[in-house]
Amino acid sequence: MKQIYARILWACIAIWSLSTHAEDSSATHTLAASCAACHGPNGNSLGGTPTLAALNQAYFVQRMQGFKDGSVTSTVMHHHAKGLTTEEITALASYFAQQPRQTAHALPHQSFLGAQ
Amino acid sequence: MQPDSILTTHPVSATRRQFVRSVIYGGLAFYGLPAFARASKPPLGHVVIVGAGFAGLTAAKYLRAWSMGNLKVTIIEPNPQFISCPQSNLVLGGSRTLDQLSFAYDLSRKQHGLHWIQDSVTSVDLVNKQVQLARGNLSYDRLILAPGVDFNYSKIPGMSAPVADIPHAWKAGKQTLQLRQQLESMPDGGVFVMTIPTGAYRCPPGPYERACQVAHYFKQHKPRSKVIILDANADITSKKGLFLQSFNGAYQGIIEYHNNSEILRLDAASKTIKTDFETVKADVLNVIPPQLAGKVAQVAGLNNVDGRWCEVDFVTYASSLQADVHIIGDSISAGLPKSAHMATSQAKVCAAAIIDLQTGNAPNPLPVFANTCYSFVDNQQAMHVANVYRYDPAKKSMVSAEGGGVSAKASVQEGEYAQAWAENIWADTLT
Ligand SMILES: Cc1cc2nc3c(=O)[nH]c(=O)nc-3n(C[C@H](O)[C@H](O)[C@H](O)COP(=O)(O)OP(=O)(O)OC[C@H]3O[C@@H](n4cnc5c(N)ncnc54)[C@H](O)[C@@H]3O)c2cc1C
Repeated sequence: MKQIYARILWACIAIWSLSTHAEDSSATHTLAASCAACHGPNGNSLGGTPTLAALNQAYFVQRMQGFKDGSVTSTVMHHHAKGLTTEEITALASYFAQQPRQTAHALPHQSFLGAQ
Repeated sequence: MQPDSILTTHPVSATRRQFVRSVIYGGLAFYGLPAFARASKPPLGHVVIVGAGFAGLTAAKYLRAWSMGNLKVTIIEPNPQFISCPQSNLVLGGSRTLDQLSFAYDLSRKQHGLHWIQDSVTSVDLVNKQVQLARGNLSYDRLILAPGVDFNYSKIPGMSAPVADIPHAWKAGKQTLQLRQQLESMPDGGVFVMTIPTGAYRCPPGPYERACQVAHYFKQHKPRSKVIILDANADITSKKGLFLQSFNGAYQGIIEYHNNSEILRLDAASKTIKTDFETVKADVLNVIPPQLAGKVAQVAGLNNVDGRWCEVDFVTYASSLQADVHIIGDSISAGLPKSAHMATSQAKVCAAAIIDLQTGNAPNPLPVFANTCYSFVDNQQAMHVANVYRYDPAKKSMVSAEGGGVSAKASVQEGEYAQAWAENIWADTLT
């Protein structure tokens, strides 16, 4: 019973999220989330790296394909682009294009309390 | 105490208002869901997470976000605040303060509607699906262990237990400050000795970055002093060519690198170490101990790889011994560098898989993620190693995709990228 309930709920979530994130699969949002270490939560960088949220899809693909085939020089990104498939690059482009640009939260800095 | 007493002493059954607030994530409020989905009992179950480091805190955030608030998540963490190991070597070099690396947990906790218990888990009852804490028991549907590493002093001849004035500083905090103070009070012409263990340890390039940071400080303030690295490994384990550029370049005459230098005998009173080749006396001694999975994973009996690390399935991060216990971060055996970026990527794969499992769906069978790791060689310049990793079902492991690699050389530009990395991963983890 619990399982059926969970499945119905999941279907609702899936339909809801489909309507807002057309081609977003769980594989894509998990891969996209691993970009956050450098490019910020949901592609909203705190600075120092490009913001990917709401980036033009074609531009994203053009840059990444360029890093991948070596026609665009980079410091770090070629090491990532070369490891991704063209399909993954396309899926990431579509995912990030749909993310809203947001002002990032300020980091919750706090003085060292000395406990650890 | 009743088995579930903690549940009743904490605000579990959220009011509808709290619930709706807790599912507002990243600007998305899901008004489109049917009424039953907003019921106060979390329909997808209860996940308990042990440890709010990079791995645990990230898993908590994404479990809540990607389940649209339909999973209840409780975090258990003894520390009152988050201290970042990344950049803690720069505190030794003098270009960062520990305050700059210390963060409150409150924002993440409120933002994602996490239930929070400031305590340590002492044991796990795998049969009854409960964790034991000092103040009682807590039941889970799924458990995530993210306790980081534990230190194995029994492997250090002559130092079978921690010694007060020989810090490891391998968990950022008091010991980082202690080591910095020891370096400050050391007279010019003194010797800083750091030992590196064999086998997997947290942050492979970390010790070499530390050597550079201490040398950077010496070069400016104590130019006659030396850094001696006693590495039990046969060679530099990470970014070798790049670190050698610094050891033989900017830090020539300051850093001495000695490989195959396992500790045969350590005399704590005189801070003397005997290896196969020499006897070295330190003014400031930093022993990075051999490491293994966090204690709670050992107590649960899930450290089934050499008695040190935990074997998991890289599709779900479930323990190979216990399907409803997931393990992420430094505690697992992955053949991959133990890094904060890796820990957060594993956490996200694990979170997505748990939501699938709780809803009766099959998790993504072929996870892919990226890892970028920077090391600072002074106060401004850094260098990277970057790779994409993808799951190989035949090998049952995450293997590095083609095209990854390291910087040509350390640079100021990469120093800026490294700072951006830190701020963005802190933001991803803590907000
Ligand atoms: C000097 C140094 C420099 C580093 N630099 C970098 C870097 O530049 N880039 C990078 O990517 N990585 C770096 N790392 C590595 C990175 O810090 C670790 O890989 C990362 O912290 C692992 O995350 P984790 O969540 O597994 O463990 P941790 O972050 O250690 O978190 C574990 C948490 O679990 C809690 N815990 C443990 N046991 C229990 C229990 N029984 N009950 C409740 N809570 C418990 C602990 O209090 C802790 O908060 C560095 C590490 C060091 C030491």
